[in-house]
Amino acid sequence: MSAQQNQAKNNKLVLKLAAVVIGMFGFGFALVPLYDVLCDALGINGKPSDTAAVYEAVEVDESRLITVDFITRINSGMPWEFRSETRQVKVHPGQLNQVNFYVKNPTKAVIVGQAVPSISPGPAALYMNKTECFCFEQQTLQAGEELLMPMQFYVDPQLPEDITYFTLQYTLYNVTTNVTANVKVPADVVAMN
Amino acid sequence: MTTTTDDTQHDSHADDHHEHHIPYGIKRWLYTTNHKDIGTLYLWFAFIMFLTGGAMAMVIRAELFQPGLQIVEPHFFNQMTTVHGLIMVFGAVMPAFTGLANWLIPMMIGAPDMALPRMNNWSFWILPFAFLILLSSLFLEGGGPAFGWTFYAPLSTTYSADSTALFVFAVHIMGASSIMGAINVVVTIFNMRAPGMTWMKMPLFVWTWLITAFLLIAVMPVLAGAVTMVLTDKFFGTSFFDAAGGGDPVMFQHIFWFFGHPEVYIMILPAFGIISQIIPTFARKQLFGYASMVYATASIALLSFIVWAHHMFTTGMPVAAELFFMFATMLISVPTGVKIFNWVATMWRGSMTFEVPMLFALAFIVLFTIGGLSGLMLAITPVDFQYHDTYFVVAHFHYVLVTGAIFSIMAAVYYWLPKWTGKMFHIGLAKWHFWCSLVSVNVLFFPMHFVGLAGMPRRIPDYALQFADINKWISIGGFAFGLSQLIFLVLLVKACKKQGEPVSNQVWEGAEGLEWEIPSPAPYHSFETPPFVK
Repeated sequence: MSAQQNQAKNNKLVLKLAAVVIGMFGFGFALVPLYDVLCDALGINGKPSDTAAVYEAVEVDESRLITVDFITRINSGMPWEFRSETRQVKVHPGQLNQVNFYVKNPTKAVIVGQAVPSISPGPAALYMNKTECFCFEQQTLQAGEELLMPMQFYVDPQLPEDITYFTLQYTLYNVTTNVTANVKVPADVVAMN
Repeated sequence: MTTTTDDTQHDSHADDHHEHHIPYGIKRWLYTTNHKDIGTLYLWFAFIMFLTGGAMAMVIRAELFQPGLQIVEPHFFNQMTTVHGLIMVFGAVMPAFTGLANWLIPMMIGAPDMALPRMNNWSFWILPFAFLILLSSLFLEGGGPAFGWTFYAPLSTTYSADSTALFVFAVHIMGASSIMGAINVVVTIFNMRAPGMTWMKMPLFVWTWLITAFLLIAVMPVLAGAVTMVLTDKFFGTSFFDAAGGGDPVMFQHIFWFFGHPEVYIMILPAFGIISQIIPTFARKQLFGYASMVYATASIALLSFIVWAHHMFTTGMPVAAELFFMFATMLISVPTGVKIFNWVATMWRGSMTFEVPMLFALAFIVLFTIGGLSGLMLAITPVDFQYHDTYFVVAHFHYVLVTGAIFSIMAAVYYWLPKWTGKMFHIGLAKWHFWCSLVSVNVLFFPMHFVGLAGMPRRIPDYALQFADINKWISIGGFAFGLSQLIFLVLLVKACKKQGEPVSNQVWEGAEGLEWEIPSPAPYHSFETPPFVK
């Protein structure tokens, strides 16, 4: 085979392999939305929906009683006080409930907080419908300010029979620096670009 | 990737150029496109990095010689464990294998050079800069990377020093170098085999490297993606791994280990190839089960993509997922077992002699198997909860990487060094090197199993008092292993000065393959007219 033919053959293969390299670099980023999609589909990450559900035409299932625990936690670097007014509720699936959460900024600075929910066991997250939640947006508290934040939810009557008890945990993060830097971009938006 | 296309357009000129004269001095090495020169550069670079990373291991073992904090600050200790890991993985083991690939693949398949010589020069010469950047970050304010070589978020994002940007840049360069090297290997093997060198006649070192190259091409870009996400999370306000912004730190581990597990096989498949070349030579028998070796290598490579989460059993995965990753991991021991038994069957009733390469190869088989079995123990989900992040894990991966990958590299150097220099190395020094390394490496790593089972966590500069005696022994083994490598250094310097007895073309009595048919030392240009392989 002549050198020229050989070179054309090499070039073709190099281009194919380079395409694989670029494709796999993209795949690394595609893993980000893929991870969320898979976790949602399989209900394994305990991440409830971050948009408000609409409460209408829901049938209350009086035959079942579900126990829901509320746990609050503050991330390191977050000086707020944060607690749930109710530690535990027993609810019928389909019934609308409200739980209030108390926060206080004891410092002398303005701080922005973001609560992130997590549900355990994970599969229950798919059936936890929140019609109103402070976690849908960030909270800004002035120095010394306190606030009672409502959270309304109902448990989807489709909740699997074997789940009778689950825990909703909120972790409160200090996002002040992120907000003031004003470059906050949601992860999935970045991945799309 | 523009360099790759440029490269192929110019390489006919490059060939014309260096056939007439070889530049002398530093320019010879800077401008070289010769596969043998580049192989030598890679191997010396890997050895220097091996000693550098080894020096860091000495710092770690000196600190752990006694309980309490004596020699270094915990933050510096963390930098040592991190940079030791990064240097050994990306600076020592991977470049050493690439160096061997450069030297050997063209000679083994009857090609005059690698397919893309100009790119070959690039892929080597960007490496020293990557490590210069990484090492210089240790001297910056706040120190170098201290989050472990696995750079888990949020350690590498929220809690890391500003030098993380340099770490990310260095990893990008290392990745680019590996990818270019891998593309070169694939193109060479696909397009430059001598007439008659069919796929199933290729030496196993060539086969295992071909499969390794595909793994590199598939996963190094994912690593590049992971470090890029760390960079943007830390400096540009994205939230890939930050729960407060909608990200997930556990996702980091998924992305990292999707790269990380195939990476483990990138560091061991070429070793399998080396051992498959050496054992038949000194057993004076053909390799048992050649085809099964090829298929086993390919199956290990494919399985490596579906086992990554066995590094993450304690992150709170669903039981079904833990079972899947446990069984998938255990499945890998089947093709690996095929290889071990094939080597043993090759030796069965062979006329064995125990030259230095064979000694290293035999040590590899025994000690790598120990590392494989402790890996099987770690794969068992329920017990992994106890072993996770203890010295048991450290013992496991040092058995597979030091007595596995590094012993195979040493075996390869001893096996092919006479072919490269034309002179037999100093056998006395080589035997000293082997026996000192063999004893000390086991004093170093074997007790780590016990101290790990007893609950000593890894990556911590201090430990509970009851581990004091055993850690003293581990450190003594560590210092002895470190010093033993200086014997190797002396031997290599002597070999490069061309000291020693001249050797025949075949060098070893039982050696077979194209590389043993050309003169010793291998001429600067070999197989300019391709041989015909029967």
